[in-house]
Amino acid sequence: MTDMPLDAAPPAETSQASEVRTLPGWLASWLLVSPLALVLAVFLLIPIAVIVTVSFWGYNEWDFFPDFTFENYEYLLSSSVTWATYLNTLKYVALSWLFTASIGFTAAYFLAFHIRSTVWQVALFLVCTIPFWTSNIIRMISWVPFLGRNGLANQFLQGIGVIDEPLEFLLFSDFAVVLAFVHLYTLFMVVPIFNSMMRIDRSLIEAARDQGASGFQILTNVILPLSKPGLMIGSIFVVTLVMGDFITVRFMSGSQSASVGRIIQNEIALLQYPAAAASAVVLLITVLIMIAVMLRLVDIRKEL
Amino acid sequence: MTEMKKVTTKNGGWSRRAVLKGGAAAVGAAAGSGVLGAPMIWAQEIKDVTLRQFGTGVSNLNEVAQKVKEDLGFTLEMTALDSDSVTQRAATQPNSFDIADIEYWICKKVWGAGNLQAMDTSKIANYDKIVGIFKSGKLTPESVIAQGTAPHTVGFTEGPGSKTFADTETGWMTLIPTIYNADTLGIRPDLIGRPINNWHELLNPEFQGKASILDISSIGIMDMAMVCESMGEIQYGDKGNMTTEEIDKTIAIFTDAKKRGQFRAFWKSFDESVNFMASGEVVIQSMWSPAITAVKSKGIPCVYQPLEEGYRSWGGGLGLSAALSGIELEAAYEYINWYLSGWVGGFLMRQGYYSAVPETSKEFMTENEWGYWFEGKEAVEPIANPFGDVMAQAGEVRDGGSFYERMGSVACWNAVMDENKYLVRKWNEFIAA
Repeated sequence: MTDMPLDAAPPAETSQASEVRTLPGWLASWLLVSPLALVLAVFLLIPIAVIVTVSFWGYNEWDFFPDFTFENYEYLLSSSVTWATYLNTLKYVALSWLFTASIGFTAAYFLAFHIRSTVWQVALFLVCTIPFWTSNIIRMISWVPFLGRNGLANQFLQGIGVIDEPLEFLLFSDFAVVLAFVHLYTLFMVVPIFNSMMRIDRSLIEAARDQGASGFQILTNVILPLSKPGLMIGSIFVVTLVMGDFITVRFMSGSQSASVGRIIQNEIALLQYPAAAASAVVLLITVLIMIAVMLRLVDIRKEL
Repeated sequence: MTEMKKVTTKNGGWSRRAVLKGGAAAVGAAAGSGVLGAPMIWAQEIKDVTLRQFGTGVSNLNEVAQKVKEDLGFTLEMTALDSDSVTQRAATQPNSFDIADIEYWICKKVWGAGNLQAMDTSKIANYDKIVGIFKSGKLTPESVIAQGTAPHTVGFTEGPGSKTFADTETGWMTLIPTIYNADTLGIRPDLIGRPINNWHELLNPEFQGKASILDISSIGIMDMAMVCESMGEIQYGDKGNMTTEEIDKTIAIFTDAKKRGQFRAFWKSFDESVNFMASGEVVIQSMWSPAITAVKSKGIPCVYQPLEEGYRSWGGGLGLSAALSGIELEAAYEYINWYLSGWVGGFLMRQGYYSAVPETSKEFMTENEWGYWFEGKEAVEPIANPFGDVMAQAGEVRDGGSFYERMGSVACWNAVMDENKYLVRKWNEFIAA
């Protein structure tokens, strides 16, 4: 992850600049890289180092103190709660990914290939972003009155006579959690996939058609492979957001389901900072492994 | 990547400790600037004093701050937080407050951190009039002391600087009691349609998918214990200080219920509990008294149902920051004396809470209000709370009756257990189940 932005400052250009301004090449590249490096050090590396350090500390009811104990990790890794929670969180990740990816891909495909005029493309793309004018929380909470026992959805279904009893699973259930995630995060799929699709050379599609490929074959053999970088970037967004979530799961499951983020939030609330830090470290490692695996599947840098 | 590494090792040159120190100093300076410069203050009038108070939303009311300005002349800054954040702040940020408005169980948790100072009861004018619950633990001489962290057990300390609690009245209080109440289950009588008299109704299959409990481990476990005891499943030695087996059994019963789909949802914030009840998602749940009021004020019937096994009670008080001294400490004592002198008590009692010195509050309530809220009498004319909402019509009686009936049937107090760490882990299992 971290090496991407650094590569974005190519050494070749900086040496050219230094010739003009007579700055030595090595100094120019140092200067160019230092603002980002400083920001990353202060806001990323140091906080992570602190979290890792604290995760080995001890704690009691009201205080935590320097120590070097593996107790936090021992409990975390041996507890059945951790495993159940990770399993549950991964279930949310898998379902949310599946739905956001298929909806996101379809929406992007429509925008990129069915809308011919650029003006309309831009206009419809902006329409997709309208929900982002309100906050995450509001978009999520507004599902509650809609899906409730006496909510609009149940009233409507009962009104048209499809059901007699209100559907209970609509709210405070896994269904509600995944629905909210899909609603919140589909745009994070649409944008990068749309971007990838717009870069596909249209002559490739013509060539495929000339060779006698059917529409479906074009989709699976040309468009899908070439949209992979976008799909992967979107997936990284969705996976990291869902893995770290604590508030959506709490509200939409009515506090009845656990997620890794909620466990950490509880630990912080109960002043168990070292335990929370250990959970955070384990979560960070898990997410990094997931991203590493995903980056193995597609070489984003090569294909962008 | 290599350049990156070089840069970070350079930064590694400053030790982490130095960075932390710098940060702490900056925070300290920022906090310090909120208070007037310490050496200057002696020359100032008391009206220039600013006291920073934080606590749960229950008693952190702007009306109180306004009245302090009018009556005492100095400024009171209020910060309202949820009970977890309150605990956190009292334990870890001693310089961020002058007065802590906390519950007794929180006091038990944080007193050992040494961030609060003992209060000299000889400086408290109404000390003798404070109800017995906070001194001997007995409401009336015949009362049996309830289980849990009863306020008097953590209300006194040996003296200034002591980090332990005293068993008897020592003249040094940890918190000056201000507000307390007896909690029970809230129900929607219109949707239930029959009398509810016992805690075990919470797990009655009749209310499958329509029950709720609060997701705050230290309080939720007490409600669970009231239910398990009422079912006859478990006899507790002390509900407020369970053994690990008692915790296991209690959580097991509720985990089964959860898996059967007994609960619609759990709530953590006051507003959630109001919404669950008002929308009809839930018809029976653990609830706090102002939440009942909030549901009622929407015109929806809601009863704070007295139950045979008794109430789960809680109490709060004001604690002074260990850092308070000089004129600010004097101002804080003056504030506490004013707090107990009646106006605030009346203000709180007209919302359904109780004041630590009820008799002084009586002067600030009408006879009708005193009769309804304290004596459990029929209202002779509509009862309004201090914000003007009508809480009861003429002829209605308060749920649970008089002060002595309600506070006399407390079964246990909100508590922190010795096995708290174990409880929290089991609670997480319950949520993840």
